[in-house]
Amino acid sequence: MPFFSIQRPIVDEIGSLTRFTLRFFREAFRPRYEFSELIHQCFVIGYKSLSLVGLTAFIMGLVLTMQLRPSMVRYGVEAQIPAMVGIAIVREIGPVITALIFAGKIGSSIGAELGSMRVTEQIDAMEVSGTNPFKFLVVTRTLAATLMLPVLVVLSDAISLYGSYLGVNIYEVLSFRLFYTQVIDNLAYYDAVPAFIKSYFFGFAVGIVGCFKGYYSNKGTEGVGRSANSAVVMASVFIFILDLLAVQVTDLLWEL
Amino acid sequence: MDTTEPVIVIKDLCKAFGSNVVLDHFNLNLYRGENLVVLGKSGSGKSVLIKCIIGLLRPDSGEIFVFGQNVPELSYAELDQMRARVGFLFQSNALYDSMTVRENLEFPLRRHWLHVEQKEVENLVAEVLESVGLAHTIDMMPAELSGGMRKRIALARTLILKPAIILYDEPTTGLDPITGMEIIDLIRDIQQQYKTSSLVISHDMKLVKRAAGRIVMLIDGKCHAQGAYSELKNSGDPKVRAFFD
Repeated sequence: MPFFSIQRPIVDEIGSLTRFTLRFFREAFRPRYEFSELIHQCFVIGYKSLSLVGLTAFIMGLVLTMQLRPSMVRYGVEAQIPAMVGIAIVREIGPVITALIFAGKIGSSIGAELGSMRVTEQIDAMEVSGTNPFKFLVVTRTLAATLMLPVLVVLSDAISLYGSYLGVNIYEVLSFRLFYTQVIDNLAYYDAVPAFIKSYFFGFAVGIVGCFKGYYSNKGTEGVGRSANSAVVMASVFIFILDLLAVQVTDLLWEL
Repeated sequence: MDTTEPVIVIKDLCKAFGSNVVLDHFNLNLYRGENLVVLGKSGSGKSVLIKCIIGLLRPDSGEIFVFGQNVPELSYAELDQMRARVGFLFQSNALYDSMTVRENLEFPLRRHWLHVEQKEVENLVAEVLESVGLAHTIDMMPAELSGGMRKRIALARTLILKPAIILYDEPTTGLDPITGMEIIDLIRDIQQQYKTSSLVISHDMKLVKRAAGRIVMLIDGKCHAQGAYSELKNSGDPKVRAFFD
């Protein structure tokens, strides 16, 4: 079978997603603005993800420290654990793991919610009652995901570092102040800012993919399940691709 | 009220999905104040027809004039204005299940280009709930309502913008015979109370007999026959008689 016939569904999907994203930008800047729905979605997407993100971040910091310790001890550099964990969490692990957890929780929930609204004709009902469903459902959820993920990443980084502090204290006594001084002293502008900026892109990817999959859901309840599932898979893949691009761009800008 | 003035005129409407031709040069007129039922088998294209009228589907060819405006040619803003005058009752009711009954009813008023004051919103919600006899459900969620109640609330939501035309998509499907009858009577009452023109699509012969002023039979994508219930019941055409036997 020719290569392009096999790849056609993928190319179609990317084309549709690109059109959907362009429509998002067109609708987002055009009035009317759905501020109250945006605030509501920020609460649903941000606040309600906090406990899951917090728990996973804490465990991540703790386990990372415990796993790293034997190697560091072998080389006699265990004093560098706070610095090393701090850089790893702030630069890479915090944003990526939080974004993946976020994709699992929010991407699937947006996909399923919009998918079920599509198959039960609620989106059509909005349209016939004079509401722009794209603006009300897609723009608000995507913006909320874009704005909330960086906030969750900052909180997740802080909680992870606290987990790491406890991990260090399982084996030795280290004061909280000293731990954080070591972490902060070894963090540069170059470590924190690009990681924070890329989390906006991760949030946007999760929001837009979840909305895209849900908005064009079909084939009844089976389609809703498929939308939720493929929203998570596609958003997770995009997070890794964006991460790869972010590293390249950051390195390029740093060299300039 | 001028009952000879058409509010919807459909000319040579064609719509196909791939090789499946659903509407094939379909013609129809809906007159002011009329209760018109489009009768056809399941899958005959009835839902496609009213989705084309409201602008949810784009026809392949043909013209759909609603209050003199050709729907396929309208811009989004013009379509929005037209939709304020045309209500649509979905077969599945399409109530927003994350909102209470009150929020469902307020939704079209708060988001539409029409600007309605808060006091007026409250009055309209109370009025339409009273019309469908469900004033006590105002703070309930759709999941707490029975099938018939959901249908009534969906009808109330359709009525809240005071449309001049209401399109009903299979309004009695999925309801028990008694509740179905109540909905049919409600459709008639609403038509008299609000002086609306109604276009009902159905294959429910009880509804057709009780509510239809005129019947249009949609067979093979075309307007196969039309007339009053008694005329069509005595028709010699086997395709028409099949519905009445």
